[in-house]
Amino acid sequence: MAVTAKSILELTDVHTYYDNIHALKGISLSIPEGDIACLIGANGAGKSTTLLTISGVQPAEKGEIRFRGEPIQHLRPEQVAGKGVAQTPEGRQIFPRMTTFENLEMGAFLRKDKAAVAEDLEWVFSLFPVLKERAGQLGGTLSGGEQQMLAIGRSLMSRPALLLLDEPSLGLAPKLVERIFKTLLEINQKGTTIFLVEQNAHMALNISRTGYVMETGRIVLTDRASALLENEQVKKAYLGE
Amino acid sequence: MVRQELQKLAVYAFFLAILLIPMLGFRSASFEPDRALKIWGVFVGILILNFIVKAVRGGRAAVEAHKEPWTERTRERISRIPRLYTIGGLALLAAVYPLMANNYMIDVGITCLIYVSLGLGLNIVVGLCGLLDLGYIAFYAVGAYTYSLLNLTFGVSFWAALPMGVVLGMVCGCIIGYPTLKMRGDYLAIVTLGFGEIVRLVLNNWDSLTAGPNGLFGMKRPTLYYPSFADGGFSWVAYYLKSLPALYYLILIIVVLTIVGVRRLDNSRIGRAWIAIREDETAAELSGVPTTWNKLLAYALGAAFASVAGAFFAAKLSYTNPNFFLFMESCIVLCIVVLGGVGSIPGIVVAGFVLIAVPEIFRGLENYRMLAFGAIMTIMMVVKPEGLIPASRRKRELHATDPHPHEESDGRDR
Repeated sequence: MAVTAKSILELTDVHTYYDNIHALKGISLSIPEGDIACLIGANGAGKSTTLLTISGVQPAEKGEIRFRGEPIQHLRPEQVAGKGVAQTPEGRQIFPRMTTFENLEMGAFLRKDKAAVAEDLEWVFSLFPVLKERAGQLGGTLSGGEQQMLAIGRSLMSRPALLLLDEPSLGLAPKLVERIFKTLLEINQKGTTIFLVEQNAHMALNISRTGYVMETGRIVLTDRASALLENEQVKKAYLGE
Repeated sequence: MVRQELQKLAVYAFFLAILLIPMLGFRSASFEPDRALKIWGVFVGILILNFIVKAVRGGRAAVEAHKEPWTERTRERISRIPRLYTIGGLALLAAVYPLMANNYMIDVGITCLIYVSLGLGLNIVVGLCGLLDLGYIAFYAVGAYTYSLLNLTFGVSFWAALPMGVVLGMVCGCIIGYPTLKMRGDYLAIVTLGFGEIVRLVLNNWDSLTAGPNGLFGMKRPTLYYPSFADGGFSWVAYYLKSLPALYYLILIIVVLTIVGVRRLDNSRIGRAWIAIREDETAAELSGVPTTWNKLLAYALGAAFASVAGAFFAAKLSYTNPNFFLFMESCIVLCIVVLGGVGSIPGIVVAGFVLIAVPEIFRGLENYRMLAFGAIMTIMMVVKPEGLIPASRRKRELHATDPHPHEESDGRDR
């Protein structure tokens, strides 16, 4: 794999435990700035844990995480968020009893630049016009797809340099998945680096440049996404071919 | 449809009988069911009348058309009155109340107001931040004992003791808050319950400091100072707020300030952060909300309000003892918050009055008044789970699904 741009995120030998369960057994990866990278793997491989470890919700026991060269493994989640890392958690964790608008506002919680926040709000509304229609509606009353859009929109409201997405396709109709992935490309074109965790390996590899394959807490394969799509092992295990 | 309605009628009549006959039938020594049966008869009569009216109107459609409940209509009518008038009217009513009421009624009014301010304080912790606190009354005790001890030992006046009580209350809030930061739901409830009991037991057993179960007495009442120019000189004269109306006005002011404070917090950035934590802690963290700090702040501020109420309570009675701070009191305050509508300030004010005044009104029922209390709570929660005056947020969640645009999108404090 040729790394041309300098990396925005670098993990070196990261170990994470849930009590005595060794969930991440030495993860190392490097994501170039401006890239879309994806992490694929089976259930329980440690994909979500990887994201939660990066954002500080489930802190790493050992190893180093660097964001733009700066170690962030000891920071609390809100501090990581303050550095410019936004995570859309798995299962559309929106705030159900806040309106769509308030949910988006929460995404900009750390920002003081009101004018730019308003601009980003317009941008999010242009990416997901349905959110504008639903602005006054409580998050919990939105449909599954709308909630996923809201969750992504909320993450964007912090104007992140790096967007971590946990299973954006989970439980959505194929057509909607396609729409969301198209929007991800749009977001990426605006300069946001995206690190994507997916079970829908085909979709994920199609829009990514770099792909990582994870098995039981370890990264077993790293390659260009297009190469992974052709890889016999990957085809057999994750693409169902 | 007729059969359904008849079934309903029978069920209602049966439950009314269960509730009314023991409550009204048992006098202090004997059982006299005739009065109870008469009242029950009236209620059943109303139910039958209602049934006949429905039957005459006929058809389910007609019944449905008339279903728009009177509460909705009343609420709509109220909402048409400008807010300023509503608030002004209530303020006027609250202000002239002592002039119209006898001492007993004023005393009940004061108790209601104390509980309203406790409810508002607990609302920060439970309603906004979503942390179930079953030991809230401990902070009320902290306020009461802080004032009592400072006044008795050092002669500190009410006003000087108040900020110290607030600070101590906040410290206690953090002490209980800190170890429970990682806990949620049931576990948190049990720990706070334990904390409430610990405070009461310490007060009960630390004889040398708190005089144990005998309690402390002889605290000075709150004072007002006014300037005097007698004898050609200038001096401040202390006026002790001893009379019930004077104390009533003091607690009224405290409640008004509490309402203003809680409202401002609710609409602030901190309030928004609390609601986010209540809704989803992980998502809040990921949005950049410092959850640890905000949860501690919720505990501390909630405790501060309770502490003020406690100091007032001790000063009013000029007496305090550990048995004022039983677990039951925590429950009542929690009931006020839930009954009023979690997160709703007007709801909590109304519920405070209902829950404290109702047992007083039912004093005639003697031992059965708590039964009436329980029955009212149960019926309320079945009929209106969102509380008396639900916070707009919760009402939308439980009822309307119609989207309405967010006009006030700019110019909001973030």
